[in-house]
Amino acid sequence: MRDVEYQISSRVILSGLDLRVRRGRITAIMGPSGTGKTTLLKLITAEAAPTRGRVLVFGQDVATLDRAQVFAMRKRMGMLFQNGALLTDMDVFENVAFPLREHTDLTEPLIRALVVAKLNAVGLRGAAEMMPAELSGGMARRVALARAIVMDPEILIYDEPFVGLDPISLGVILRLIRQMNEGLGITSIVVSHDVHDLAQIADDSYLLSGGKVVAHGTPQELTASDSAVVRQFMQGIADGPVPFHYPAPDLRTQLKSVDEP
Amino acid sequence: MSRLKRDSLPMSAVRVTGQLALFLFALLAQCGPALARPRLIVLQIYNAGARSLIIVMLSGLFVGMVLGLQGFDLLQRFGSEDALGIAAALSLIKELGPVVTALLFAGRAGTSLTSEIGLMRATDQLNAMQIMAVDPLRYVVAPRFLGGVVAMPLLAALFNIVGLFGAQLVGVQLMGVDRGAFWSQMQGSVELNDVMEGVIKSCVFGLACSLIAVHSGYTAEPTAEGVGLATTRTVVASSVLTLVLDYMLTAAFL
Repeated sequence: MRDVEYQISSRVILSGLDLRVRRGRITAIMGPSGTGKTTLLKLITAEAAPTRGRVLVFGQDVATLDRAQVFAMRKRMGMLFQNGALLTDMDVFENVAFPLREHTDLTEPLIRALVVAKLNAVGLRGAAEMMPAELSGGMARRVALARAIVMDPEILIYDEPFVGLDPISLGVILRLIRQMNEGLGITSIVVSHDVHDLAQIADDSYLLSGGKVVAHGTPQELTASDSAVVRQFMQGIADGPVPFHYPAPDLRTQLKSVDEP
Repeated sequence: MSRLKRDSLPMSAVRVTGQLALFLFALLAQCGPALARPRLIVLQIYNAGARSLIIVMLSGLFVGMVLGLQGFDLLQRFGSEDALGIAAALSLIKELGPVVTALLFAGRAGTSLTSEIGLMRATDQLNAMQIMAVDPLRYVVAPRFLGGVVAMPLLAALFNIVGLFGAQLVGVQLMGVDRGAFWSQMQGSVELNDVMEGVIKSCVFGLACSLIAVHSGYTAEPTAEGVGLATTRTVVASSVLTLVLDYMLTAAFL
């Protein structure tokens, strides 16, 4: 990604963003809420087009791809959504089988074998016949992970994979992310604001703030950084370069204006 | 959102019409590929059609019975209560069948289509499909649209049949209109053109109501409030559009 800018109407979400994801590594994208992390993912998956700059995926500029090429590119990617985004009208097995049924002409026994293998990889072979509504948050995310890897993608994108998980589920997800990366050599992009969990698995970290990359390095380098923004984020300090208060008029003026109708 | 508020009513009407037309073209382009999965469409015909049967048949029965009463009362004043069969048949086949069924369809099937698609949007299911390189227009929207388009004329036909039975029940069994006159006059006067008018109307209404339902679901704001608003919009827009189209079609057929 080079010098990427993205605007919605006149609001600038990302500006002058440079970011490089290395093949076969786990790259973490961190940053406070509302800094455009999710937007960044939309740019990578070609759901949105940058207003300036270029986004290169597999060496191709995504803005120049037509619809069929975008779909071809997406078949080489997997994405794990925050809440799993399982299709609620089919059971776990069919959810994982869905991409295979849509994109391949594999025979039923082969599909069954593949799906069982992927469900086994996330430890949910036994839940194949459950409906998404019966799953816990952590299980739903693991099923979604099985679905994301069923087409053997080259890039796997995780959107906030740790949010709202209990410590055990969190440990499971962390382990799975590392396994997918080491075992299958999948390039992984993890978007999260969970600094400490990310530090355990990431090879490379980018810290975003105000639509820009403010720091880049290994998690250890970021922890050791003396930049004020980085320190505030890594240590979770409430006020600092990222202010506690959303921009507002002076408090005293505002309180006064309440008295005067 | 600020742009929406600034638009005047005619402007926003033009914009919505344009959006609907573009959406329809995109949808029609995906209907062909969707036909390759007949199982999905059959399921949606069941959802939109079979599940609306009870409400449609019950309403048909009572509308027919009311027609029997009112028609008898009116015709009796001219001493021509034998014409009750024609009166009931023509009003049901040409008007009440298609229109009332469309209104019921919007309330029963349309709302469930909208809220289902809207919730799929709100829970990222449509996004997930996009990322899996599956076009939700083809997989989710087109089968539901086609299901509605097929189900609506069938429902209207059933409404007519049950309605005629209701009119007969009241007119012949209760009010004593001659059974032979009731049926033979109907047979003699209702022409193929009349039936075609009803069939075409119900097809057009089915298309309009299904389109509005899937469109407002697909474009719903991905929040609880947004899905609720979209559902309301479906009922209001489908009902009004049905009545407007009904006037236009009736004028065209006369």
